[in-house]
Amino acid sequence: MVERRPLSNLLAHAILWFGIAIVIFPVYFTIIASTHTPQDIFNGTMGFLPGGVPSDNYVAALFAGAKQVKTTPATVMMLNSLVMALMIAVGKIAISIISAYAVVYFQFPGRMFAFWTIFVTLMLPVEVRIYPTYKVVADLGLLDSYLGLSVPLIASATATLLFRQFFMTIPDELVEASKMDGAGPMRFFWDTVLPLSRTNIAALFVILFIYGWNQYLWPLLITTDSGMDTIIVGIRRQIVTSDANTDWHIVMATAVLAMLPPVAVVVFMQRLFVKGLVETEK
Amino acid sequence: MRKVGFNNKLLPYILIAPQLAVTIVFFYWPASQAVWQSFLIQDAFGTATEFVWLENYETLFKDPSYFNALVVTVVFSTAVAALSLGVALLLAVQADKHIHGAGPYKTLLMWPYAVAPAVAGVLWLFMFQPSLGVLAKQLRGMGVDWNPLLNGTHAMILCIIAATWKQISYNFLFFLAGLQSIPKSLIEAAAIDGAGPTRRFWTVIFPLLSPTAFFLLVVNVVYVFFETFGIIDAVTHGGPAKATETLVFKVFQDGRLGGDLGGSAAQSVILMFMVIALTAIQFKYIERKVHY
Repeated sequence: MVERRPLSNLLAHAILWFGIAIVIFPVYFTIIASTHTPQDIFNGTMGFLPGGVPSDNYVAALFAGAKQVKTTPATVMMLNSLVMALMIAVGKIAISIISAYAVVYFQFPGRMFAFWTIFVTLMLPVEVRIYPTYKVVADLGLLDSYLGLSVPLIASATATLLFRQFFMTIPDELVEASKMDGAGPMRFFWDTVLPLSRTNIAALFVILFIYGWNQYLWPLLITTDSGMDTIIVGIRRQIVTSDANTDWHIVMATAVLAMLPPVAVVVFMQRLFVKGLVETEK
Repeated sequence: MRKVGFNNKLLPYILIAPQLAVTIVFFYWPASQAVWQSFLIQDAFGTATEFVWLENYETLFKDPSYFNALVVTVVFSTAVAALSLGVALLLAVQADKHIHGAGPYKTLLMWPYAVAPAVAGVLWLFMFQPSLGVLAKQLRGMGVDWNPLLNGTHAMILCIIAATWKQISYNFLFFLAGLQSIPKSLIEAAAIDGAGPTRRFWTVIFPLLSPTAFFLLVVNVVYVFFETFGIIDAVTHGGPAKATETLVFKVFQDGRLGGDLGGSAAQSVILMFMVIALTAIQFKYIERKVHY
């Protein structure tokens, strides 16, 4: 900064640490709760320090689910979430990168029309057309299936726009050079465009994986078979209105399991995450 | 389109077909269905339908529970946007003071983005749960009759806290990026002219940050409109007595109970227009950013 102000710097650090404490506390407390016995939690004697039974709660959550309300084991639900998140991320990237390639590198009748048709869907989340979309999925016989969970969420313009933006920055010389070498459009795509897009694909993948993993309303609506529950929906099902019937120790362990993959992705792929976040919002 | 491209009659259509197909089947078709249905009224047995123009919309606007959902949505989004933008800006300004030390703070503050809204709701519900929540007990100890399951205001406060908590990281990242892109020479020039840190913030930094702030405002409103569904469903189920029923939650609830297809479709159409309006506003802003 411009001037030296030790006191103001100290205050800045204090504010930041206070902010961090508030941000971390709910998660810390959840982790703590997941290591306590149900009695401890229910009687309110658990306090703010780790209990002694982490493995019991996690084993129960992973392989059995909650007891009082029968729920799906977290292993099954995490697998469902994983499949859904991967299908959304990979599917979205795959269909967007080729459609962006078509729009940028070819001149064909209806090009602008096709582009605008896709572009208009930007920012219109599935929530606003939820029941008609549900009906389409039901008519196609895709309820309670991975395809039904993922394909309707693949329809979005964000990724197409991102790739289009990026393709515009690839120098014309590269196209000319590979044409001179006798490469056709698909060859150019595989050998030049795809390798150049690696970072963009990775950044987008991080964002879309988190987006897919954290979906809630859509899976809640189209899955009725509890074996198809994603972990985010599953946690909700473990909570019942009457307090006594909720296995909070299982809920807390499941919540930790549900947070783990996306948070790990953000923390360990920080650079890609920030890049993806900034670019998808442009 | 670029100057240099490929000539191929069929290939571009093959390449664009998958995305167009998905968009048409899962976007245009359902959206047009919603619009069409919003003009129809179905009788109780679902056997006959009648075209009624805007009657569904009229009924909706006269319906006090729809008005309630609108008010709830406005209160909720104003509170969450104001709080999360305010807190994030405060934290980002502090972190920006230590360019070299900003890294660890960034890591420690950004991960809640990855927590699903529904899970965020569960975490806060657990702490504020009236019978066994730790913070609920503290509140009671202080003489507050805390009960989000019965008291609508308490329920709303809890949803606002959970939604804000989750959104701070996003806003923080964008504010920090905005702050770090402000040329240091401008701030130094202001300092040489005798402006202290507070004065510099309000006359130099804040105006330069306003495009970021405006962009975030739109994004936050969209977030509160749609993504917070998970928080509300996990924490309050729209209750007690519809005190936390937002527009999206109402569409979901009305549709699930079945029955009024036309009314539910009309609600969806109104939501669609709201998002289109917000998107339009945002694009206008992006236009400006290019010139800025």
